Amino acid sequence: MRRETLINTVLTLGLLAVPLAAWAMDEPYTITLATKVVILALAGVGLNLALGLGGLVSLGHAMFFGIGGYAAGILASHAQSYDPIMEWPFLIEGTQSMPVIWLLAIVVSALVALATGALSLRTSGVYFIMITLAFGQMFYYFTISWPAYGGEDGLSIYVRDRFPGLNTLDPMHFFGLCFALLMLGLFIVARISRSGFGLALNAARQNEARVRAVGIEPYRLRLIAFVISGAITGLAGALYADLNRFVSPVMFSWQTSGEIMIFVILGGVARLFGPVAGAALFIILEEVLGGVSDYWHIYLGALLLIVVLFARGGLIGLLAGRNGGGGHD
Amino acid sequence: MTESLLDIRGISKSFGALKASDDVSLDLKQGEIHALIGPNGAGKSTLIAQIAGSLRPDSGEVWLEGRNVTHHDTVARANAGLGRTFQISSLAMEDTVLQNAVLGALGARHRVPGVWRPVMRDSDLRATAIEALREVGLEEFAHFRTADLSHGQRRQLEVAVALTLRPHVFLMDEPMAGLGAEGSAILVEFLRNLKSRAPILLVEHDMDAVFQLADRISVLVYGRIIATGSPDEIRANREVREAYLGEEDEE
Ligand SMILES: Nc1ncnc2c1ncn2[C@@H]1O[C@H](COP(=O)(O)OP(=O)(O)O)[C@@H](O)[C@H]1O
Ligand SMILES: [Mg+2]
Repeated sequence: MRRETLINTVLTLGLLAVPLAAWAMDEPYTITLATKVVILALAGVGLNLALGLGGLVSLGHAMFFGIGGYAAGILASHAQSYDPIMEWPFLIEGTQSMPVIWLLAIVVSALVALATGALSLRTSGVYFIMITLAFGQMFYYFTISWPAYGGEDGLSIYVRDRFPGLNTLDPMHFFGLCFALLMLGLFIVARISRSGFGLALNAARQNEARVRAVGIEPYRLRLIAFVISGAITGLAGALYADLNRFVSPVMFSWQTSGEIMIFVILGGVARLFGPVAGAALFIILEEVLGGVSDYWHIYLGALLLIVVLFARGGLIGLLAGRNGGGGHD
Repeated sequence: MTESLLDIRGISKSFGALKASDDVSLDLKQGEIHALIGPNGAGKSTLIAQIAGSLRPDSGEVWLEGRNVTHHDTVARANAGLGRTFQISSLAMEDTVLQNAVLGALGARHRVPGVWRPVMRDSDLRATAIEALREVGLEEFAHFRTADLSHGQRRQLEVAVALTLRPHVFLMDEPMAGLGAEGSAILVEFLRNLKSRAPILLVEHDMDAVFQLADRISVLVYGRIIATGSPDEIRANREVREAYLGEEDEE
């Protein structure tokens, strides 16, 4: 077994063992924390496809995270108030069914990624960063000033949305659901990065002229990557809304984009399980250091600096050594 | 209608006051190697870039197999059958040698690569890629990281990737540069056979190689073609000797 595969397996088992132990010891808070790690990791898995494989430094992924969150929040709020979203030309009612909410979160995120990506991918480097940031901020200010859905105060989901056959109010059930989606997300991204598309996308990150010279248009690859990436992060946003039973414009803020990027960088850019390791480390630091000092972000910043300067492969790179990346044989 | 596969018609390109291409016309016929020589800074790479589509000419036209491709971009021209190697190796350095070759084979399929099937297990792509690596003598290095190759090996890989495209026309910018005497000799033999598959527009500094290989030679000086002819004609041309070959001897 490759060393990185071993590390990924250990991470997966650890991520399962923690909530199971917490469940046995009747510590629901720890289960919730593990669920948070899983959901944030999924958001990072989405970003990692664009950032790690595609080299697209998006500071706008909060946009998709927020869209997912508001998809859950808006549908649930209409279901709670029995007030249809629209009656004409046809009736659309709210829902508390997770599969429907997820589908909406994925579709809307993908469409927004298509529109924003089509524009922002015409630029590169620092301009791309600034444009994605600007798109994210547009959504942020829009939700703040949109009173129909709570404006600045956000929206509450009084009872967690439902999934057929599960009791989503049981923290363990909800964890299992999120965990399954994370595994699915990882599987999809692993497949994509080993595909011809992944090979070409990764090559375009390294050398755009090369990819053009073989007759493949990098722009198209990047747009597809951005759309899939946004859809995955959008799904994570919907889960996050259900975890907190609350959504607010903060989900759209650039700090959220930054945090998702921090998971990826801490764990290891372009490493399949990088976002998992990164999100776990982030939450552990937040819990441990946050208990010690209100200024724990300073320590986080120092850690980030060390990773960027000395350990480019992040936590996974440190443990597994060089290479790995796209995972082509 | 000529039998030219590639036809450059009156291309001009200026960078400010500098005329990098000055009304350049040349063509490439089936089965030939047409060498483009000229001193450093004569505008050879600039011309190649305009033929490949990465640089827009100020005026003039590029015709490929009877089609005007002047307004097509690099991607469209690659798909129309132009196989280019770069003067400065332009490869995915973190990827393996085989991955770079597979990328070429993938591009030759002319469609957006699939997102699901593992590409390195695609036996057609692999076969094309490995065959190309074998032809340039890189088969044993297939699983090397491209960044770990020597300079000369990277040049060979450039050629291998162009082969996987099965182009109708090859554009090669100094493929021998940095290959060493032995490497150059092997590549000379290889190109001599390759031209029957597709004609080659060859930019080359190595005069021995050029005079051995070329069916026709064009001499570019300060962006202008001062002579086109057979190797013997070029060798005998006074203007060429003064402008270029003479200088070379004095170095
Ligand atoms: N993008 C550019 N901008 C300005 N000048 C350029 C550019 N590219 C090339 N040149 C100039 O054009 C001339 C021809 O360059 P080049 O085509 O690379 O020559 P060669 O390949 O024959 O050595 C040189 O003087 C070079 O400095
Ligand atoms: Mg040159």
